[in-house]
Amino acid sequence: MQVENIIALGVNHKTAPVAIREKLAFSGDCQEPLRIVRGIEGCEECCILSTCNRVEIIFVSNQPEVTSREVRKFLFSKSNLTEEETKKYSYLHYGRDAIIHLFRVASSLDSMIVGEPQILGQLKQAFRDATEEKCTGLVLNRFIQKAFSVAKRIRTETNIGGSAVSISYAAVQLAKKIFGDLSDKKVLLIGAGEMAELAAEHLINQGIKEVVVANRTLERAVKLARRFNGSAVSLEELIPQLETVDILISSTGATDLVLRRDDVKPIMRQRMNRPLFLIDIAVPRDLDPELNDLDNIYLYDIDDLKNVVDINKEARDKEAACGERIVGEETLKFQQWLAGMEISPTISQVRKRADDIIQLELTRTFGQLKELSPKDKKSIEKLATSISNKLLHNPIIFLKSITSGDDVELNIDMFRQIFGLDQDKSDNVLKD
Amino acid sequence: MTLLFQLTFLIYCFATLTYLLYFYNQKKQMRQLARYVLGAAALSHLVYTVARYFAVGHTPITSNHEAVSFFALSVTLGFLSFRWRYKVKNFGVFVAPIINILMAVAIISSQDVRDLPPALQSLWLPVHASIAVMANAFLALAFSGGVMYLLQEREIKNKRFGLFYSRLPSLEALDSLNQHCLSVGFPLMTLGIITGSVWAKQAWGSYWQWDPKETWSLITWFIYAAILHLRFTAGWRRRRAAIMAIIGFSSALFTLWGVNFLLEGLHSYAG
Repeated sequence: MQVENIIALGVNHKTAPVAIREKLAFSGDCQEPLRIVRGIEGCEECCILSTCNRVEIIFVSNQPEVTSREVRKFLFSKSNLTEEETKKYSYLHYGRDAIIHLFRVASSLDSMIVGEPQILGQLKQAFRDATEEKCTGLVLNRFIQKAFSVAKRIRTETNIGGSAVSISYAAVQLAKKIFGDLSDKKVLLIGAGEMAELAAEHLINQGIKEVVVANRTLERAVKLARRFNGSAVSLEELIPQLETVDILISSTGATDLVLRRDDVKPIMRQRMNRPLFLIDIAVPRDLDPELNDLDNIYLYDIDDLKNVVDINKEARDKEAACGERIVGEETLKFQQWLAGMEISPTISQVRKRADDIIQLELTRTFGQLKELSPKDKKSIEKLATSISNKLLHNPIIFLKSITSGDDVELNIDMFRQIFGLDQDKSDNVLKD
Repeated sequence: MTLLFQLTFLIYCFATLTYLLYFYNQKKQMRQLARYVLGAAALSHLVYTVARYFAVGHTPITSNHEAVSFFALSVTLGFLSFRWRYKVKNFGVFVAPIINILMAVAIISSQDVRDLPPALQSLWLPVHASIAVMANAFLALAFSGGVMYLLQEREIKNKRFGLFYSRLPSLEALDSLNQHCLSVGFPLMTLGIITGSVWAKQAWGSYWQWDPKETWSLITWFIYAAILHLRFTAGWRRRRAAIMAIIGFSSALFTLWGVNFLLEGLHSYAG
């Protein structure tokens, strides 16, 4: 098996603008395109991954160059770009680079928002579709499943998914640090705006109990409240609402402050000092900065939140570096597996395995039987070697007899599994 | 026996070190190790306490060494029992140093065995002293919860996220930790004062003598009573509760040591 036969070709948010990506995307299931790609000359296995940030085809071909040209033509068939342009907008990775690429994609190192968790699920779905269409074989099965385990390893060993890197999510994270459990909390939205709505959506996903919307025009408030299954109030009711609210997100277009320190101070007594988390996304600001001086009130404006995001990004970049290291390690392991999928290295490995076992057992036995003469030892060594040789004779003849046909790799793989040649060094039988 | 105590002290030091390392690198294996080491320290401490009981012939909570050693043991056991019920991230990191300081005090105090005055030879000794010390242990846990709360709150309030923000649990969790510790510690403390008073009646013929130790434990009791009262009526939660837990514990420590060293009284031979 040649490493160079594994190929990844596609477009993503770095190589092509959304105007092009949206044309190429495969909506719905990928049955038809999978069948077409599978039929392209030289293509042995394939899998199609189509998300909003990337459309890519991973395939194995015995004629890499011919197949990749045809696959690229197919990928861009829905656009009217020249071949030169299609080359410019897409990437094409062979062999080792393709392995690194897929590992990075699966573990979200290649995502627009590094560390986001959806991509792994999307890749799993893509793989399921491809196997249902019988488009994958030994190599891709092993390759893509390896990508899943690499992603899992990176997720557990680094903290790549741990920090919030969007403003709305940073607000949710802070809310959790203040309140712990959000499920019995109430959020009040003042004004409407994309970011405020996004933050509210995040909070609802975290199981927040109740949403209240206050707006200058009640109609708009009612509309928004319906979306969140909440209730609407007018701006005049703002202060009494504060008695029961836990989180407040403000994003009005008002030029003046909506809430002042002295408005809120008396309320805190009635609230029995339950904490209040104020989020001010508006520019100019809605909430009096002095509110933060009150006990049990935590006020964050847009700059504060941006600051949190920046700190998190820094931390995440560090984690991503660890992730890259893991990708490097795993790529090496996978390459070793691929390289082993040839007849002659397999034969020498199985012989070496036999020799290792013989040596280990001999030292053990000689250690117990100290009275043996050198001559006795020699004959025991001979005995062990000839048993092992006789036992391996037929399997090796069988291995040498496979020369052509589709099953070469399948047979080699089975042979390797029977003799445990691909086990990690850590769980090697020799070390038991 | 001194050797056993020194060994226990060393294991505690090791536990504290592991906890501090864990705080720095946040590796799961490190936390696991720290827990095992602390468990081992507690076991060795328990053995020491039992051995001392047989060596001195009465419950070993009479000298300063014994009382502080028992105090440290109670904090450890209180912490270990706590972690089965509540998950408070990195609590051990703050509790372990406290235990260690107590052990350090115990190791430098005189470990001589002194004969018990007849007034103290009673079944009330183990009951009164162990309850009073255990109350202190839970107050110590509330104290470390309070410190954690103030550290965490400072970072959230000032929007400067340093060592603590990601490592410490939410403010809510720390506040309920405070409440849980006090709801165990305060009844124990009340019980400690009542048993002490009953014992005083038997030994000295009067329930209350206004000796400094009694006065100070009453002051401490009033502080904690106020904390709990204000918590439920005036909403003194969170930041104020955390500060109060720290003040209350300082008063409890003064009752334990300050009184012995600065003021003279009936309890003085017991320390």
